[in-house]
Amino acid sequence: MGVLQNISTFGASVDNLYFVVLIITGVAFILVEGILVYFLIKYRHREGRRAEYTHGNQRIEILWTVIPGLFLFGLAIFQYGAWTRIKIDLPPEEDSFVFTVEAKQFEWYAIYPGPDGAMGTDDDIEGPANQIHVPVNKPVIIHLASRDILHSFFVPVLRVKQDAVPGTIIPIWFEATQSGQHEIVCAELCGLGHYRMRGQLFIESEADVEAWLAELAAR
Amino acid sequence: MSAHAATTSHDGDHHDHHHPELGFWRKYVFSTDHKVIGIQFFFTALFFFMVGGILALLIRTQLAWPFDEVPVIGQLIYPESGGVLLPENYLALMTMHGTIMIFFFIIPILSGAFGNFLIPLMVGARDMAFPILNMLSYWLAVPAFVIMMSAFFVTGGPAAAGWTSYPPLSGLADMVPGSEMGQSLWLVSLFILGTSSIMGAINYITTIVMLRAKGMTMFRLPMTIWALFITAVLVTLATPVLASALVLLFLDRTISTHFFLPEGGGHPVLWQHIFWFYSHPAVYIMILPAMGMASDIISCFARKPLFGYRPMVYSIMAIAGLGFIVWGHHMFISGMNPTVGLAFMTSTMMIALPSAIKTFNWLGTIWRGDLHLTAPMLNALAFVSTFVIGGLTGIYSAATPVDVFIHDTYWIVGHIHYVLFGGSVFGVFAAIQFWFPKMFGRMMNDTLGKWHFVLTFISFNCVFFPMFILGAYGMPRRVADPYVYELFQPLQGINQFMTYSVYILGATQLILAYNIIASLFWGKKASQNPWHANSLEWAAPSPPPHGNFEAIPVVYRGPYEFAVPQVKEDYLPQWTDGVSPTPEHAPVQPAVSPASK
Repeated sequence: MGVLQNISTFGASVDNLYFVVLIITGVAFILVEGILVYFLIKYRHREGRRAEYTHGNQRIEILWTVIPGLFLFGLAIFQYGAWTRIKIDLPPEEDSFVFTVEAKQFEWYAIYPGPDGAMGTDDDIEGPANQIHVPVNKPVIIHLASRDILHSFFVPVLRVKQDAVPGTIIPIWFEATQSGQHEIVCAELCGLGHYRMRGQLFIESEADVEAWLAELAAR
Repeated sequence: MSAHAATTSHDGDHHDHHHPELGFWRKYVFSTDHKVIGIQFFFTALFFFMVGGILALLIRTQLAWPFDEVPVIGQLIYPESGGVLLPENYLALMTMHGTIMIFFFIIPILSGAFGNFLIPLMVGARDMAFPILNMLSYWLAVPAFVIMMSAFFVTGGPAAAGWTSYPPLSGLADMVPGSEMGQSLWLVSLFILGTSSIMGAINYITTIVMLRAKGMTMFRLPMTIWALFITAVLVTLATPVLASALVLLFLDRTISTHFFLPEGGGHPVLWQHIFWFYSHPAVYIMILPAMGMASDIISCFARKPLFGYRPMVYSIMAIAGLGFIVWGHHMFISGMNPTVGLAFMTSTMMIALPSAIKTFNWLGTIWRGDLHLTAPMLNALAFVSTFVIGGLTGIYSAATPVDVFIHDTYWIVGHIHYVLFGGSVFGVFAAIQFWFPKMFGRMMNDTLGKWHFVLTFISFNCVFFPMFILGAYGMPRRVADPYVYELFQPLQGINQFMTYSVYILGATQLILAYNIIASLFWGKKASQNPWHANSLEWAAPSPPPHGNFEAIPVVYRGPYEFAVPQVKEDYLPQWTDGVSPTPEHAPVQPAVSPASK
């Protein structure tokens, strides 16, 4: 978003869109506020001067309805691709690292498919609270769930956010472009400990993730 | 503050209003006079503005110095924890701040106070269509206020699930202390308050449609009335939906139904749909009256007709209509089908359009005007300038991919406060200072008003503009200590700056409070039409007696006839025959043709 680093593939779409909106709204802001201040100074009350008696102008009404309307509608259509890419089109599971994240008051749990590669079976591996490991440079699909109430899985540097809804499993995806350790923020009010529902996301090579999973399985 | 004259005149137009002198209770407490009821809402709402404001000061103190002892009043309000706010207190604070400001301040002061006071006067009626229903609507609001405030004193404290009250956090008593008794009281209170709102709305619609004076066609109504009218339609259509949500959640909490709780087949996101179906129109309920009032005030102090009256009316209708099909933009990240998100994103982008049109028309009104920068005018212009920022920042949230990042962050808090405080509250400040002479028969002090304006405007921007920076960093809202996260530790300095600014903002409101109270008792007596305005309320005495007008005025023209070339004065009220504000003034000869049309 201009201020925070972006380490996800689709993060660029988010940041670019932000800048497009920034430019459009920035220009609109400068124009409108500038005109307002200019008029305030130019048309201040002066003795002997009267206001102009006019009720409006149809042509300008049409102009300032149609032009902003086209901009706004255009901006809407412009974004369909980015939203579809981020939220609607998931990468194929065969090419991705797939696992489950369960949120609960006030911790994050990763549950990985075990050796059988399938979620929801007896050999699933649950990680310790608030430590989630994912591979770099590979699409990651998280099946997001909640054990109790609403939470929201937010990783600012990945430009990823999704509410975790109890009773539902919601798939989200991202692909990280750099290794590193980053914070997971809970972004939906979930009670007393909402402010400290801080997880750690470890983005590392696939080999390191496998090693981590092996270590967990051994425990 | 006498609302009753000894007698009223007897027109052929209305039923005989000759009543015996009422006792104290019927005259001042359980009055059916719309002006008294409006004033009751007025002072009640201002009281809650103060309460909600104090809660905001506490929130901002926490965000500047988390879990430090609250200065000055900490020991008083949090004695058990040594003056330190606890996490559960924080959640209650922010829940009640939002709840009180929205339901007990903004909506009551715009619709309850100004709606009640102004509608009959501006349409040329003696009172509302249903005066007893009107009285009931205030007195039903009072128990709602009491019930909500009582929640501060029950086990677990008041509701703590946010003003949005999402289940299951709000649906299960053990999820947060406020979800014990406090949340139930919250639901009951709002249900009662919603009923009061609907009663008022029915009254306003009926009065505006049926009780306009002769000559007052719909398109001669001032924008204040159009806005209040359309707001009343919104209230009537949307509030029952909120009521249903409140009932369903109450049942989930009390008799083990499962509308919103997954164990048993319910779905938490269903609450969000029903809640936001109301609460999105609710935000327009909170802004439209202020837009209408700003139009009237700006036109009056520009001494110039409102630019684009009909487009302005149609824009308000468009905002209200579109307002019913954008609710999903609060839910892009909720787990709602993302394809539906595309539809809501499109409708949300489009709703910026009528607001933009209104902004251009306000600029058109001051263009080539004769601007008198009185306190009401300055506040009305501040409304326009800050509403623009609020509206523009909304476009970022409407952009769904960007919303992925800024949803539930301080960006949203900044956006809502620019439209609600920058918009509605500056509108309220303008309205108070504009109509105070009519309501109370006294002028307010314009110099104090200007000081209040300058200090409020500067400190307001210092508090709320940095919120967009915080949001761009991803700092979440409703978090008692953001600096638990390394990501947000660098933001503590900005937060402290905002907190110092909010202390100034809060203290500045004491100027307005003083101005209101002192003017009530010692303000210069107001004439009938001190602003040389054109709408019908200025045809009545200041303040108007019971029955409002000696004789119901006849309306000859629209409400924006300022700077009419044939007229010597720069205004020409709706109710005067001929081309002069008062019969004594001779019209200017010869007639000069309008400069351009």
